[in-house]
Amino acid sequence: MAAAPEALLRACDGYLTEASDDDAVLGMAPRWVASPGTTAQVSAVMAAATADGLAVVPRGTGSKLGWGNPPRRLDVVLDTTRLDTLVEHAAGDLILVTGAGRRLTALQDDVAGSGQRLGIDPTRSGTIGGTVATGTSGPMRLRHGAVRDLVIGMTLVRADGVVAKSGGKVVKNVAGYDLAKLLTGSFGTLGVITEVAFRLHPVPPARRWVTLAVDGPEQAQAAVQELAHSQQAPVAVEVDWAEGRGEVSALLEGHADATEDCAETVARGLGDGARVDDHAPDWWGTDLGAADLHADGAGRTLVRTTHEIAGTGPLLGSITSLSEAPGVSAAYRGSPAVGVGCALLVGEVDAVVAATEGLRAAAAAVGGAAVVLEAPDDVRARVDVWGPATALDLMRSVKARFDPEGTLAPGRFVGGI
Amino acid sequence: MDTDVLARRLRALVGEHAVITDRQQLRTYECDGLTHYKVVPALVVLAETTVHVAAAVTECAREGIPFVARGSGTGLSGGALPHADGVLIVLSRMRQILEVDRANQRAVVEPGVINLQLSDTTRSEGYYYAPDPSSQQVCSIGGNVAENSGGAHCLKYGFTTNHVTGLEFVTPRGDVVVLGGKAPDPTGYDLLGAVVGSEGTLGVATQVTVRLTRTPEDVSTLLAAFASTDQAGAAVSAIIGAGVIPAAIEMMDALAIEAAEEAVHCDYPAGAGAVLIVEIDGPAADVQHVFAEVERHCREADAFEIRIAADDAERALFWKGRKSAFAAVGRISPDYIVQDGVIPRTALPEVLRQIAALSTDSGVRVANVFHAGDGNLHPLVLFDESRPGEGERAEEVSGAILDLCIEHGGSITGEHGVGSDKAKFMPRMFTDDDLDTMQLVRCAFDPDSISNPGKIFPTPRLCGERPGRHQGVHPLAESGVAEVF
Ligand SMILES: Cc1cc2nc3c(=O)[nH]c(=O)nc-3n(C[C@H](O)[C@H](O)[C@H](O)COP(=O)(O)OP(=O)(O)OC[C@H]3O[C@@H](n4cnc5c(N)ncnc54)[C@H](O)[C@@H]3O)c2cc1C
Ligand SMILES: Cc1cc2nc3c(=O)[nH]c(=O)nc-3n(C[C@H](O)[C@H](O)[C@H](O)COP(=O)(O)OP(=O)(O)OC[C@H]3O[C@@H](n4cnc5c(N)ncnc54)[C@H](O)[C@@H]3O)c2cc1C
Repeated sequence: MAAAPEALLRACDGYLTEASDDDAVLGMAPRWVASPGTTAQVSAVMAAATADGLAVVPRGTGSKLGWGNPPRRLDVVLDTTRLDTLVEHAAGDLILVTGAGRRLTALQDDVAGSGQRLGIDPTRSGTIGGTVATGTSGPMRLRHGAVRDLVIGMTLVRADGVVAKSGGKVVKNVAGYDLAKLLTGSFGTLGVITEVAFRLHPVPPARRWVTLAVDGPEQAQAAVQELAHSQQAPVAVEVDWAEGRGEVSALLEGHADATEDCAETVARGLGDGARVDDHAPDWWGTDLGAADLHADGAGRTLVRTTHEIAGTGPLLGSITSLSEAPGVSAAYRGSPAVGVGCALLVGEVDAVVAATEGLRAAAAAVGGAAVVLEAPDDVRARVDVWGPATALDLMRSVKARFDPEGTLAPGRFVGGI
Repeated sequence: MDTDVLARRLRALVGEHAVITDRQQLRTYECDGLTHYKVVPALVVLAETTVHVAAAVTECAREGIPFVARGSGTGLSGGALPHADGVLIVLSRMRQILEVDRANQRAVVEPGVINLQLSDTTRSEGYYYAPDPSSQQVCSIGGNVAENSGGAHCLKYGFTTNHVTGLEFVTPRGDVVVLGGKAPDPTGYDLLGAVVGSEGTLGVATQVTVRLTRTPEDVSTLLAAFASTDQAGAAVSAIIGAGVIPAAIEMMDALAIEAAEEAVHCDYPAGAGAVLIVEIDGPAADVQHVFAEVERHCREADAFEIRIAADDAERALFWKGRKSAFAAVGRISPDYIVQDGVIPRTALPEVLRQIAALSTDSGVRVANVFHAGDGNLHPLVLFDESRPGEGERAEEVSGAILDLCIEHGGSITGEHGVGSDKAKFMPRMFTDDDLDTMQLVRCAFDPDSISNPGKIFPTPRLCGERPGRHQGVHPLAESGVAEVF
């Protein structure tokens, strides 16, 4: 530890340790792990890092550090898990302010007692900061919006250590630019998120799931269109897909005396075979794991895809064709009425690389995109994990303004940002 | 550059009749809905295509000339206030609905399309466009995007930013870029999220892709009359506390009711100190149950009269009073300021009392009409310009109300924007560092500060500078090297 810069050590009040192998980010090993406990300390860490030309990657629980590109340089991992204070839960206003290092599961517990929830689905154990920085979403996005729509205020620390806020504690607010949107999904490249204010939603008294087994892309397409256009207003519509078939399931929520009726109406709309349950299908809202597939080849690649709502059928059709190729199997889980989901491709490296590219083309054909989240090194080496993006010049220009020295997660983001 | 030369160049690019230089005609555009700020632009371009907009902006960029976009000019914060030496790019001729894509629940429109026109067009498909500012009969989608406009139904359905999924956009350098589309989550930074609500300071939207919302199976609307705003506020708290998120929940106080009655004879219950309009929508089975609950909460909060709209015509009548309230105030006061501030909803009773006290102490009447569900206040500060000192007093009261909003952890604007009008209040809500950080975004898009300069930020810095604290005249400006807009 003798080598640790004095300013860095002071900045986080001694919470600085030498990095171990476990702290590497996609193979790039840092020298230190700094664990500041307050926004002011994060500011001091960033100022010290910038002054000494050190590169920093922010980290929550580290569960998704394998997403994105490896950093070009890395000296300090900035661990945010000590920023875990629940700052405020104003139940009457349906808002909550929390430190970015707090776990999502802890947060859902914090608010559950008041009959409220954060509209991000509750199974995630990562930190708020990591969830916001990756901009991920779960089934309830159909009703409550994505993370970007739930964040109403944010405190962030810039690469140069300057602390900035945007938004606030009220749902309706148009004063100044919405910096929180820019930081959401920025993978730690624009600033360290230290505090987030969210809008909450009441938990409705009753829930029902309506599920239909679908036997091909056309049937899936028809079910999704029926649900997307339904006046019963499902809170979530999910699809689980492998080997050319799967299930489409919708969540209905509302008044205890009415939800069953709504669910029955939806089931009738879906036709024969639709069943109403008071619990979710077991795959609902969970991560696609390798266990979903028989093949246990070397290349296990998780790809996040987006699409136009009416592109559900064609996309599932393409995924089916991809998995019919020798050496690869493909499964998909997602929110078709929103237009996001994740495909898991498992198989031989060559086949997985080809399937990834095929998937990217398929998503583009339905107006969307494909981003590789997790992949082994030999797949990674052969695909562009981010894929193409429009307005890249503007994005580069934003990065250059926020972080001219390239201190924060350099190279991790789209276009090498 | 000489205006004549500029006009000649622009005419060559966009056509003879699309450029206005006649002083008398230019005056049509000297202000937006906030009429006490007036600036005649050097020149107006009536754009008909993206190519026109890009050509005009490119020309401005080359010469360092400021430009301002204008939709329908209904803004209430002076956002579309022209620049005296600049070009005003008017988008109201770009008013085609390019595509209604029911299967994808999207519409693609030109920026000049009128908000309500979009809902009217898509209703036959079973859809509508959810963000509904009270000005929806006249304001443009482009203006809505720039202001991140809200409306009565935003409590449940969200604001413009939650409904725009794609933009074609001309950057202040004249480049045409596409941000997003019909699918969600375009790869990379959420530039779309940064642009929506940026009040025309990051460029000009030339095409907008919006999410369409399914028309609900059922809608129920009630009007409840209370003796006081405190009671009405208690009803609001009870409703939301019970876990109900109505489609809309709007409040008017006695003075606002009086104004609405004078103007549109909406026949609200006599003697009400406050009325609430509560709307519940959704699946028919659910609406009935929730509506009964809402009615019960209103009764328990001592509503002395509750009316339930029997049909669309009656519902329209309930809303007529509310939607015309701003304009109606003109009937009971020669002049007025429409204020727009936000507070956490639970602070409503306290803040309304403080506003009443401000009003009593200053002798300035204040009518309240607002989106109670999300704490978005619209106090109407009444005065008579012809009486010496009244205008200033009204300004003071209006500013003091914003201070109250900030004190309670709220915002200086919930939907009307900062524009020219509230730039001076920004430092009360944000630190220099906050504002500097926002400026980084501005500089990334608009390094020469030519896109709607002078709006939102109190004393913008030049983009070449490193952010930091500054005082006094900017050295570059002082030496004549650059102008601080
Ligand atoms: C289909 C799917 C399923 C998922 N399932 C799960 C699940 O079951 N469990 C689960 O935990 N998560 C799940 N996630 C991801 C989840 O939504 C979050 O992204 C995750 O929890 C990240 O939290 P973390 O603390 O581990 O972040 P980390 O892995 O530590 O960080 C993630 C990224 O965010 C950056 N970052 C982290 N904190 C900050 C900060 N404060 N400021 C700026 N940048 C920061 C990092 O640099 C990194 O790039 C899933 C996502 C998808 C798409
Ligand atoms: C009676 C009345 C009621 C109102 N009620 C509401 C309400 O309930 N909710 C609400 O939110 N607002 C309300 N407003 C305010 C106003 O209608 C909105 O702000 C509206 O969005 C402005 O649209 P516009 O087309 O008139 O824009 P303008 O006034 O022409 O312009 C507004 C701003 O947008 C910029 N702009 C316009 N078009 C573009 C474009 N294509 N690209 C980039 N920038 C652009 C301008 O530069 C300016 O900064 C009300 C106004 C009135 C007069």
